[in-house]
Amino acid sequence: MSETTTTRPAARMSWASSLRSSLGSRLRRTPRWAQFLLMVALALFCYLLPLLEPPVISTPGTDFGAVLFTVSIYVLVAVGLNIVVGYAGLLDLGYVGFYAIGAYTVGVLTSHHATWPWLLSLPAALVVTMISGVLLGWPTLRVRGDYLAIVTLGFGEIVRLTLINSEWLGDARGISSIPAPPSLPLFEIPHLDWSTGVPLVDFSDTTTFIEFGVTDPVPFYWLALTLVILVLLADKRIKNSRVGRSWEATREDEDAAELMGVPTFRFKLLAFALGAFVGGIAGSMFATRQTFINPESFTLLISILFLSAVVLGGQGNRWGAVIGAIVVAYLPERFRGFEQWRVLVFGIALMLLAIYRPQGLLPPRRTVRAQRMEEESQALEVGEADPDAELATAGPVARNPVDDAPVPPDEERSPRG
Amino acid sequence: MHFQYVFDNFASLFIGGLVFGSVYALIALGYTMVYGVLQLINFAHSEVFMFGTFATVWALWLIGADATTMGVALVLSIAFAMVASMITSGGVALLLERVAYRPLLKRGAPRLIALISAIGASFVLSEAMGLRGAIASALGLSDTLGRYVARSRENLGMPTDRTTTVQFELFGYGVTNVNIIVVVSAVLMMVAADQFIRRTRTGRGIRAVAQDPETASLMGVNSTRVIQITFLIGGMLAGAAATLYMLHIGATRYNAGFLLGVKAFTAAVLGGIGNLRGALVGGLVLGVAEGLGAGLFGNEWRHVVAFVLLILILLFRPTGLLGESLGKARA
Repeated sequence: MSETTTTRPAARMSWASSLRSSLGSRLRRTPRWAQFLLMVALALFCYLLPLLEPPVISTPGTDFGAVLFTVSIYVLVAVGLNIVVGYAGLLDLGYVGFYAIGAYTVGVLTSHHATWPWLLSLPAALVVTMISGVLLGWPTLRVRGDYLAIVTLGFGEIVRLTLINSEWLGDARGISSIPAPPSLPLFEIPHLDWSTGVPLVDFSDTTTFIEFGVTDPVPFYWLALTLVILVLLADKRIKNSRVGRSWEATREDEDAAELMGVPTFRFKLLAFALGAFVGGIAGSMFATRQTFINPESFTLLISILFLSAVVLGGQGNRWGAVIGAIVVAYLPERFRGFEQWRVLVFGIALMLLAIYRPQGLLPPRRTVRAQRMEEESQALEVGEADPDAELATAGPVARNPVDDAPVPPDEERSPRG
Repeated sequence: MHFQYVFDNFASLFIGGLVFGSVYALIALGYTMVYGVLQLINFAHSEVFMFGTFATVWALWLIGADATTMGVALVLSIAFAMVASMITSGGVALLLERVAYRPLLKRGAPRLIALISAIGASFVLSEAMGLRGAIASALGLSDTLGRYVARSRENLGMPTDRTTTVQFELFGYGVTNVNIIVVVSAVLMMVAADQFIRRTRTGRGIRAVAQDPETASLMGVNSTRVIQITFLIGGMLAGAAATLYMLHIGATRYNAGFLLGVKAFTAAVLGGIGNLRGALVGGLVLGVAEGLGAGLFGNEWRHVVAFVLLILILLFRPTGLLGESLGKARA
């Protein structure tokens, strides 16, 4: 009777997940040094992107460097929010609050009330956002899942309304003339010019390495990209540590995790604080580049865009979050004529994703594996799968070492995503 | 802190708060009923309300009511606008249930996914209203629809005469006719909804599904239908609230729903989400707290008071003042 119900989800999953897992497993089967070289090449390409200005990717009408900067800020935010939403499973609708706190701390310390050097204000901003994350999390992380979403939404709005109402923070006019990071002008790098169809080195259009000016956003992009890479590396380390496993356990079943000795509250708080920290980095970078901030930049809509980046990409997968952020930030800039439809399109995308692909475009490996396991155990219950399949999906933990059941190499490696 | 101001104007702040609070309470009913039946925060309910405010204005345009309409004609046209608004909001709520929730329920999706879908639906609805001019011109209907789609991002005002007359004095505050209409009709609607849930056969079905959906369907309750009716009633109450809001405030815009929605949700949680009478109590308490808070800290902190109250309630008494229960016998 349930033949159709068991085979259909498998069929729906297949095309996307098989493509993904074949790509993923090929990547994982390549030797470590090759993986490392690939990553370095990718990073190098990202650094050179604003100078190359490739014709299809670059944005007509707006400065390509500025767009790339915006994209990298969104990537930072998405990776930070992914810690909270994806790893720890805490739906946060007020993430923009931390972003705003980061931006305003830099603004207040460097321009509005003090004249701290930029390099000193950045760590201060990060400490302040982290403290604010703990302050918000300490009381609120005790409430239930969807209530937490509403509480954080309230927090984001309180931050914004306080910024508007508080004279000390420059009320609705905001803070202006935020200084740039210290420059170190060494040499000039020319851009490429594609206007004739073939790439020509254009010596009239150069970027000074490294000078943070108002006119050239490229050095800001380089700085943001460096921060993205650092955050991604740290994210990888944390995800694969005891902390990451505790988050995962907490997200899957809080009571079971607590019983196994995971201090869930403390780890949720840590997720909040780290998420806030990354949000603070993004916010302070945003303030530095803009040199001017006001409460208008920190509305609920921005929170929702951040969230849709994470959900779109795949909660719990850092590369998913990166891709989601690129989609959310880049596509509207590339197709400027459709800018007014942006929110509508993201609303529709959120709905469609929730209904048809709640795990996102690039779901974490663990989710894919869990889903496959569930499908096969369901198939087993109806009695149409062979026992080998069960052993294969149970993975290395449950596998009997004496048993030589065929285990696909892809399953055997890396016990966690 | 303006304590002296609050003492001097206590009656006006209090009664003004009650008027706002009764609008919150009507919207809160929609949140509370859906939460009671589905354990789901219907984030897009605020947009259902927003559609009602627009339907009110459009209905008045349609029958040609303007600032010169007076007396019985005014009463009749506002009654017509309210019916139109209730139909529109009820329709939007039904559509929402069909498009954004039913597919998820069928798949047994986790609640957070349903919330994300609701957030998406909320943005789609408010943007569809904000982009109605662009949509109409894309369809080539700009000229036919004319003022209905013009200036779609701007405020839309009530076309009828909005001068109010003081009916009687209460502790030194002149109570206007609009105040009376808003509070009385809100309370009447709520009593009607409460009685419907408590006394009718359908109401019993709603309570049964709220208590235990599986057993209810085993007992022959059509749970899909019950969910639809729940959305429909919630939407119609939001539509009524929309007309009352337009009488009281007099202007709306495509994103007017959000703030009202969060406040109504606060009211629902304050009274005990899932509890119909709790929604009334919560709405009135929130309205008064907000009015007094605005007096105390200054009007620009009005919304902050509501948000802080929301956070405090969720922290200290997440079950609300009257407790969560749609399924319980006391409903």
